[in-house]
Formats: sequence, C-alpha cells, structure tokens
Amino acid sequence: MTNTTRTSAPDDPAAALLTEAYAVAPDDLDRLRRRLAREAERGDLLDVAIRTVDSPVGALLLAATEAGVVRVAFSGEGFDAVQSELAERVSPRVLVAPRRLDAAARQLDDYFGGRRRHFEVPLDWRLATGYRGEVLHHLATDVPYGGTASYAALAARTSSPRAVRAVGTACATNPLPLLVPCHRVVRSDGSAGRYRGGPDAKALLLALESRV
Amino acid sequence: MSTAAARGPDRACEPFERVVDAHGATVLRVVRAVLGPGTDADDAWSETFLAALRAWPDLPAGANVEAWLVTIAHRKAVDVTRGRVRRAVPVADLPEPSGGPGRPSGWPGAVGDVVGSVAHVHTLDLVAAVAALPRRQREAVAYHHLAGLPHAEVAVLLGSTPAAVRRAAADGVAALRRTTSLER
Repeated sequence: MTNTTRTSAPDDPAAALLTEAYAVAPDDLDRLRRRLAREAERGDLLDVAIRTVDSPVGALLLAATEAGVVRVAFSGEGFDAVQSELAERVSPRVLVAPRRLDAAARQLDDYFGGRRRHFEVPLDWRLATGYRGEVLHHLATDVPYGGTASYAALAARTSSPRAVRAVGTACATNPLPLLVPCHRVVRSDGSAGRYRGGPDAKALLLALESRV
Repeated sequence: MSTAAARGPDRACEPFERVVDAHGATVLRVVRAVLGPGTDADDAWSETFLAALRAWPDLPAGANVEAWLVTIAHRKAVDVTRGRVRRAVPVADLPEPSGGPGRPSGWPGAVGDVVGSVAHVHTLDLVAAVAALPRRQREAVAYHHLAGLPHAEVAVLLGSTPAAVRRAAADGVAALRRTTSLER
C-alpha cells in the first residue's frame, strides 16, 4: 500500500481490495499536482514555490515567494529541513511549482556554464534580517564576479566595521547562496573559510569564476 | 500572505507539499470511488487541495489531517455532482469526456479510464460494482473502508447516524461481494 495513515482496522479485507482496485498511477497524481500548483498561483495561494535543479555543486533547492527568490539550499542542508524552515519562517503554503523559478534556474545554469557573471532575478530578503541582511546586501553589490573579499574587508563596509565574526556568521547562514555570492568571502590568510555548501563547493565556485 | 508572526504555535506548520505527498493518493482514491474515475474526480481532488491549501495555515496543530481532507473532499464531491446536474445539457454538445463518448465522465462508463493503469479484470469488476452502488452506500464504503474514517465520523460527514453508516457500509460491501470477487 502507500504512505497513508489508516485509522480503520488494518485487517479490513475490503479496505485492502478497494485500495488495490483504486490504485493511483503516479502520472495521474503528477498531473493533478501540476494543476494544483497552477491554480494555487492563480488564486494567490502559492506563498512559497519550490523546485530542485541539478548543478555542479549537487542538487539545489530553490524557493520563491511572490516577491522573489527567498532561499537557495544545498542538498547537504537536507531539503526536508529547508522546507520546514520555509513553512515556519515564511508560510506553510509551500508547493512544488517550478514555473516561478524558471528564470532563476536558467540563470544558474548559465552561471555554471560560464555564460553569466551576475544574476538578474528579484530577491526576497526576508530571511536575511538585521545586520546579516546589511552584510549580504553589501556582498551582493560590492564583490564582483571573479573577485574575493576578506571577512574583515566586508565588515569594514558595514555599520559595524569591526564585527568580523558576525560577518562570518552572516555568510555562513546566507539564505541566498550563489545569487548572493558569499563564496567570494575568504579568510584574510587566503584560505577559503566556511561555506554553507561545504568547502568543495566553495573551491569549485572560486575556480569557476577565476577562469577568464 | 500569512506570516509566522501571525500564526500561533498551535497552528499547523508543515509545508503543504508534504500534505499532498502523504494524502494525495488516498484522497484521489476516495473521490474516484464516490464519483467514478474520470474528470469529475480530478476536479473534486483539485478543489479539495486548493481549499485545503487556503485553510492550511489556520488548521489547529494535532488535527487529523486525512480526516479533514476527506471532509473537504466530500463537500467538493457533492459540489461537483450538483454542478453536473446543473450542466445537464445534451451530452452530444459536450467535448468528448475522457470517460468515453456519449456518457458523462465519472459514472460507470468512465471505468474505462483505469484500463491503462490497472488492466485487471477483478479491479474493473470492483470499480464498476462500486459505481453501481446507491450513493449513500458508495460514500459509506469510500469514507469508511478507503479513507479509514470511523463510522461515527462518517456519520457527521453525511449528516447521518453511526448506526445508519455502519449499515450502509455493510450493505455496500455485501453488494460488492455478491457482484465481484471482493471475497477471495
């Protein structure tokens, strides 16, 4: 049978046979889920659209509100946990709905293919509040493709120029990695430092951007 | 958009996607049993999950989600049936329904819909036999045996009594046994 919780007696033979007789083909359910996503969008009920994309740094979960992309997550974060976080912090109206994320997915694909150097999709900053948000806004505009900045240099651009540690935390908890390039922030000694997607992903991105 | 701040800690906070994952198939089986497999069942499923999505942020934590969904599905199935009666225009004027030419989809003729996915004579027997049950028996069978709701909850849903629901479900299953291979 399927992943449903039954409240009737498990030894109900009619239930077992009926469940088998009304077996649901995966295609039918997929079609209905796509329809639900479309109708939810039309009815202003799609608070958080999600989809996954493949990339050289592994599968990515993308999430967008009506305002813009609100979250990019690496598979190492656990997509289930990220969905729960979105439900708690944004809205529980979370549905797989790829269309809203088409532009972000395409631009990420171009970025990894070396055909794009900056992103042009609307961002929803609500998961980066306070000082962290300030840090990430600087990061989004001040450190261009191919360049790097130290945590200290980034801190110096903010309202708390000595908050190097807090800058490290802001980068490590960036809700919009890749789109907001926290991979370009490195330690003063030149070593890579922490990254939400893991050290290998950070190295890969820096290598990608160092190609001419 | 409802925000985390606007919701109390006693509200459901699961991502709705997980609800569709866990209960989508069960709700589809239930509306197919009540309405017949076809476009009516599809419409009822879509309306059910759209309404559930709308209400989801306000559902109290700890609620029985599947029972809640089946309650909505029952109302939507009733709506779909009413809509079908209202749209009772000559069948020839309608675009061909997926259930087959010349018949409203969702009724016994629509059984053909499942041939592709479950080419199984006994299954077709059973689906056709469910479709041939009187509505109350079909609902009692669908909500009790397929959705797993206790008789008392089905009674609330149908505006009936637990005893009447028990009888309708038993009569329905007995009729299915007579006409199909339900008993194996």
